[in-house]
Amino acid sequence: MISLNFVLMLAGILFALSVAGIFLNRKNVILLLMCIELMLLAVNFNFIAFARQLGDLGGQVFVFFILTVAAAESAIGLAILVVLFRERKSINVEQLDTMKG
Amino acid sequence: MSITEILFYAFSGVLLVSAIGVITARNPVHAALFLVFSFFNSAVLWILLEAEFLAIVLVLVYVGAVMVLFLFVVMMLDIKVAEVREGFTRYAPLGILIALIVVAEIGSVVYVKTLGQEVTPVTQVAAEAGYSNTGALGELLYTKYLYPFELAAVILLLAIVAAIVLTMRRRAGLKQQDVGAQVSVRAKDRIRVVKMPPVIEAGEKQS
Amino acid sequence: MISQSVLLTIVLAPLLAAILAGIAGKVIGRAGAHTVTIAGVAIAFGLSAYVLKLLLVDGAPIVNQTVYTWLVSDGIRMEVGFLVDNLSAMMMTVVTFVSLCVHVYTIGYMKDDPGYQRFFAYISLFTFSMLMLVMSNNFMQLFFGWEAVGVVSYLLIGFWYTRPSAIFANLKAFLVNRVGDFGFVLGIAGVAYYTGSLDYATVFDARDAIVANTMEIFPGVEWQAITVVCICLFVGAMGKSAQVPLHVWLPDSMEGPTPISALIHAATMVTAGIFMVARMSPLFELSEMALSFVLVIGATTAFFMGLLGLVNNDIKRVVAYSTLSQLGYMTVALGVSAYAGALFHLMTHAFFKALLFLAAGSVIIGMHHEQDMRKMGGLKKYMPITYWTSAIGTLALIGFPGTSGFFSKDALIEAVHASHIPGATYAYWCVFLGVFITAFYSFRLVFMTFHGPERFREVAHESHGESNGTHLTSDADAGHEPDTHEDHHAAAAHGDHGHGHGTSHDDHAHHGPVEPHESPWVVTLPLILLAIPSLFIGAVTIGPMLFGDFFNGVLFVNEEHDVLGHIGEEWHGPLGFVLHAFQQPAIYLAFAGWAAAWFLYIKRPDLPAVIAGKFSALYHLFAKKFYFDEIYQAVFARGSVGLGTALWRVGDVALIDGAAVNGSARAVGWLSGVMRRLQSGYLYHYAFAMIIGLSVLLAWYVLR
Repeated sequence: MISLNFVLMLAGILFALSVAGIFLNRKNVILLLMCIELMLLAVNFNFIAFARQLGDLGGQVFVFFILTVAAAESAIGLAILVVLFRERKSINVEQLDTMKG
Repeated sequence: MSITEILFYAFSGVLLVSAIGVITARNPVHAALFLVFSFFNSAVLWILLEAEFLAIVLVLVYVGAVMVLFLFVVMMLDIKVAEVREGFTRYAPLGILIALIVVAEIGSVVYVKTLGQEVTPVTQVAAEAGYSNTGALGELLYTKYLYPFELAAVILLLAIVAAIVLTMRRRAGLKQQDVGAQVSVRAKDRIRVVKMPPVIEAGEKQS
Repeated sequence: MISQSVLLTIVLAPLLAAILAGIAGKVIGRAGAHTVTIAGVAIAFGLSAYVLKLLLVDGAPIVNQTVYTWLVSDGIRMEVGFLVDNLSAMMMTVVTFVSLCVHVYTIGYMKDDPGYQRFFAYISLFTFSMLMLVMSNNFMQLFFGWEAVGVVSYLLIGFWYTRPSAIFANLKAFLVNRVGDFGFVLGIAGVAYYTGSLDYATVFDARDAIVANTMEIFPGVEWQAITVVCICLFVGAMGKSAQVPLHVWLPDSMEGPTPISALIHAATMVTAGIFMVARMSPLFELSEMALSFVLVIGATTAFFMGLLGLVNNDIKRVVAYSTLSQLGYMTVALGVSAYAGALFHLMTHAFFKALLFLAAGSVIIGMHHEQDMRKMGGLKKYMPITYWTSAIGTLALIGFPGTSGFFSKDALIEAVHASHIPGATYAYWCVFLGVFITAFYSFRLVFMTFHGPERFREVAHESHGESNGTHLTSDADAGHEPDTHEDHHAAAAHGDHGHGHGTSHDDHAHHGPVEPHESPWVVTLPLILLAIPSLFIGAVTIGPMLFGDFFNGVLFVNEEHDVLGHIGEEWHGPLGFVLHAFQQPAIYLAFAGWAAAWFLYIKRPDLPAVIAGKFSALYHLFAKKFYFDEIYQAVFARGSVGLGTALWRVGDVALIDGAAVNGSARAVGWLSGVMRRLQSGYLYHYAFAMIIGLSVLLAWYVLR
């Protein structure tokens, strides 16, 4: 019997790892996107764990939707990335400071 | 400790290791492959958590489509690894600190506050014969969650359109058909009737 | 039975006339304007007299009805209604009669003024407002009339709005009246608070509710609510009726045209305060303290304002100070609960003071808008009608036996003498000595103006340039046009003199000696009309008004305050009253004043200057009007200017502009300068911010 707490902690650690990943790979947009995927995965773990705990399939339905949205997000994100690279010949975030106030 | 639990702990460990691999990999291609690996691991864990359909979807959609897209982009773009890696460790202490804080907080939520666990777990009934996770999920999706499902479809369509529009390139000098201009054209724009006075040369008359 | 339509007609006829003359003045022209307004006021007068006759002769019941309900808020009804009893009817008749006289008089006085129609519109509007005031059956409408007459007074004082002094005077009148009105509003609010009604009858029925209460204005000192309410109401009366210390506007109001000085600032509006206090007699009777306050204020006004009349040289201002003094007399009568005496004096005073003002105006016309008495003298033979009528007015004013003023004033002094409330002794000496002063300055005016050498000739010959020194003048529109006065007696003898028929009424450049002349009939007719009641009305009405039952059910007097009833025990008809007066010292004082004036201004005209030199300190005190104006100027005017400057500097410039407006802009600027540094434009900074925020949020949730 897999305990709920264990799954939740696993998801938490996974989430913390992806947070750290954002800090580490702050310049590489592709890796930032990957870290976000990882975060979403951690969240999905929670949903699935609770769905099982409570015997309610609604949690799984939500995971389904999250997967859908995440797919859409990464498609658009990558498209933007491609356009960006075409413009700048680089994906270095440090050079993207046109939003500077 | 049953075999399920052993498997679960084992795959959990592998998942965390591969996640660390994702965030520390020097090469983006390696990072992407680590991510694929963690997705596989997750899929296994989800099966252990009785979410078989989602596990399959994760593999099919994420590993099959999204990660391939990632790999494709990573390889297509000429990324200067050295440039984006510089100062890698500068924010590492801060990142690790934040990560530890997040872990501590989630731990306290889970163990101290025991969030969401006031509900007594449903007694785990052994799945009856003929139970299908896919079928149950489908029933739910097409009844209770029909509208969100449709919305998700629209979002996907939007993503397709957006991605195409963003990446489409209009090359200079490319000859194209302009349908609007063709339809709205008028006769007088096409033909110019030029009136010319008849010029009779002096010599012609005599002949 | 008095029908409602009659009452409405009385009120609305002058209003309609005012609107016609005011808005359509250009269309109907000068003749149209005065025809319309005189017709309106004549209708009002006729119907008022008719109403009075119905009440007195036919014994019609008192009217107390609501015509229109404006709004009802939390049980307090604001209505337009009429209360017509003997008091209102008497006031209505007096007001419309004097107003009618003034209307007629104005035709002559304002003959050449470009603001002719405007003037008629104003005075008709005034008549309307005053009628609304006296006919009201509730505090709301009383206040409406109160403010409306104030506004018209303001407009009329500043009628010649191109003169800075007029504008200053009307602003002063307005501001000083605001002080009084503030008290008045507080009083009305107090009444509404304690009784929950604004209707006279309801309030008087519920007056026990006020008596039962006390309030603490300053911590630790308990006041009876009735005293506070009455004093607040009386403060309103002090402003309107120009009692010390709110009297300062009345002398300055003489900047306005003379007809309105007669109508508004002598006969009617300034007596509104007296009328109001008399109307509120059921309330005032309940507070001896308030009555004492009224008494002391009135006595002070009566005596000390009379003193100022002694030294003034402006003919209109002398009459104005005498008005102040007489208003003081009325207030004293109110203070000793002789309400009937006050109203009686109000009525006689309305006639003879309007007469005096109009006579002064007639002199001013005759002297071509010269108001300085030092430049008059010997006018008796040039202006006989004016002389005799103003002599009648003067006799009435000083209380010559048999004239109307005699009856009212003597009864009033008797009443003060008989009273025992705190302050009565002081008041008695004030009004008693006031008799001498009144007689002195009144005859000083008559002697300086109508008797003695013809000083206007010397002045005109000596210093043409200085003759206008005290006035704000410009000689721009000096008249060379031919004389158009029809009944100009002496014009033939001095062909070289010219009238200034200019826009501004004291602008005259005299190219020869001023030649006085009697005024046209439209001016003298009102004088004669007013002289008749000035002489006789006192003898006719003293019986019913003071000692009869004329005011039964209207005025309310406590048993222990009933001084008039006390005097009434010895009442044996008007003749007996006259004879009785000769056993009293007051009348000899009046004659003494007369004699002193004769001695100083006819027999030995050199003496006044000597006396003024001897008592120069006192003379200056009087000439400077006890320095009231200077003190107000220094304390209130400069104080409020200083306060305004301080508020402007500190409140407006520093706090609002500096701190609030510019300060917030600067704060936003500074903040955005700081925030700007946060907006590095780097994607990961935003991501970091989000993550840190998330963890802080989580921490808050966990540690809560």
